[in-house]
Amino acid sequence: MRWLARVLALIAIVAIGYVVWAWRPSLPDATAPTRAALNPELIRKGAELAAFGNCAQCHTAPKGKLYAGGRAVPTPFGVVWGPNITPDLETGIGGYSKTAFIRAMRDGVDRRGRHLYPAFPYDHMAKMTEDDTVAVWAFLLTREPIRQSNPTTQLAFPLNQRMLLAGWKALFLDRRAFAPDPNQSAAWNRGAYLVEGLAHCGACHTPRNVFGAEIKSAAYSGGQADGWNAPALNLNSPAAVPWTADRIEAYLRLGRDDLHGASAGPMNEVTQSLANVSAADVAAIAIFVAHIAGNPTPERTAAALKKAATQPPSGVQVSQAPGATVYAGACAQCHGGNGRLPINPAVNLALSSTARAPDPTNFFNVVRGGVHQPAGIAGSFMPGFAEILSEVQIRDVAAYVRESFAGQPAWSNLDAKPRRTSAGK
Amino acid sequence: MVKLTINGTVHDVSAEPDTPLLYVLREDLALNGAKYGCGVGQCGSCTVLVDSKAVFSCLVPISVLAGRVVTTLEGLGTTDKPSPVQQAFVEMQAAQCGYCIPGMMMRAEALLRLSSSPSDDEIRTHMQPNLCRCGTHMRIVAAVRRAAELRKSNGLRKS
Repeated sequence: MRWLARVLALIAIVAIGYVVWAWRPSLPDATAPTRAALNPELIRKGAELAAFGNCAQCHTAPKGKLYAGGRAVPTPFGVVWGPNITPDLETGIGGYSKTAFIRAMRDGVDRRGRHLYPAFPYDHMAKMTEDDTVAVWAFLLTREPIRQSNPTTQLAFPLNQRMLLAGWKALFLDRRAFAPDPNQSAAWNRGAYLVEGLAHCGACHTPRNVFGAEIKSAAYSGGQADGWNAPALNLNSPAAVPWTADRIEAYLRLGRDDLHGASAGPMNEVTQSLANVSAADVAAIAIFVAHIAGNPTPERTAAALKKAATQPPSGVQVSQAPGATVYAGACAQCHGGNGRLPINPAVNLALSSTARAPDPTNFFNVVRGGVHQPAGIAGSFMPGFAEILSEVQIRDVAAYVRESFAGQPAWSNLDAKPRRTSAGK
Repeated sequence: MVKLTINGTVHDVSAEPDTPLLYVLREDLALNGAKYGCGVGQCGSCTVLVDSKAVFSCLVPISVLAGRVVTTLEGLGTTDKPSPVQQAFVEMQAAQCGYCIPGMMMRAEALLRLSSSPSDDEIRTHMQPNLCRCGTHMRIVAAVRRAAELRKSNGLRKS
């Protein structure tokens, strides 16, 4: 039995060692800084950065108070609830000193020492400079404190053992600061810093492994977010016409592009957020994303445009497909060659990234729920058809559009069950 | 021929199956309650009910209506016997030019069939797809509130 005792002792030593290694201390409660004590310029910079990070998206409940948390973020492991990040002492982050905030952003550990789930993209936030992180802290800690308790995240065993996240971080969290590429321009590096860091584009646009970590070797080749597919940004992009930096910049600010389509689902919240921030920084992001997309030569763009022009421009094509009738009576009014939308015209479906995507998820989401903007915000609009078209009719029209406009192989998983999205549409 | 069930009557319609319902209602069946506003599902003046759901009839090809029940403004009530929603819109004088009002009434009807006493927030959210260029929204919201009361008191009288 001596061997058994030795094995048990070894296991105990390893377990204790792990706990000691994974343990993080609780940091002392700090008093939230007063607005007067902070440089207004720092707060203003933090506001801008928070918009680039789109913190509000996960930290605000639908129709809820800004940053007061309560949004359910669906993950393959269960629902993670975005917490309250207003400076309320009890329910928010009022007690976070600069040190505690920086630790949360870089190490994914809350003030009390609990490991945070990587639904919070600290794997990206870790790339931020200390100055930028402190600016976001200054901004958040000077918001109106809102006392709002939110549901606590309760994942199934063993995922509820947060100590395990220390192991996850050892495997997947790269704490190295952003390293500029000296061979690239200042704007390119600014864009790379934002995209890889604060803006955490890869959190949705990069596929994740079984542990929920981004697969770095497949960076930007397309991922998932909240029941939507986040399309590939690299050469696998479904775009019919390659994206250029100019078009990416305009898309990120306006939420639409004639040659690709309108932002919808979670990306719509991103483009809303980017509509009101520094144009130079959005342009920098666009330069870096265009680089990811494989900066197209004018020849490549011209060839793609020429090819797209030869696709049928409207529903004039005679087809016996059952979806053709639905298309002609429900879609062609806007998407057809003589579409009648003077402002924010509907995308030509031959060019639509959604119609050309390898998976029909986004197509179904848009047809069922439409494209909407928050009350009082101008932008693209499409009514949802969930209440009038049956699932069979939606599949018919998907098959028709795919064949007749997108010119792509038929979607194989048309029978897939509708996925739930947090917008409920 | 496409068979359409509208306001309880079955119509044989000779229009092409991809024709939007709005044009069939107005041009073939002389049911002019639903209005042509934008023709692209952006304004709501063409709203009718299909199986009690409010839809833009300008974007509904009649081919998808087999076995479904369409209700238009004419199916709610008449001048002599207005439905609660119609009576409420008259009482509250919700119309200015009036062009959006048939669609507003149909969308309100859809809401009240689901929810007997909606909150103002529910009314605003539900009515959001329908536009009124005159700006009588406050009266429209008041009319929907009033319609909910009338439906309830009518129900009480019947029972």
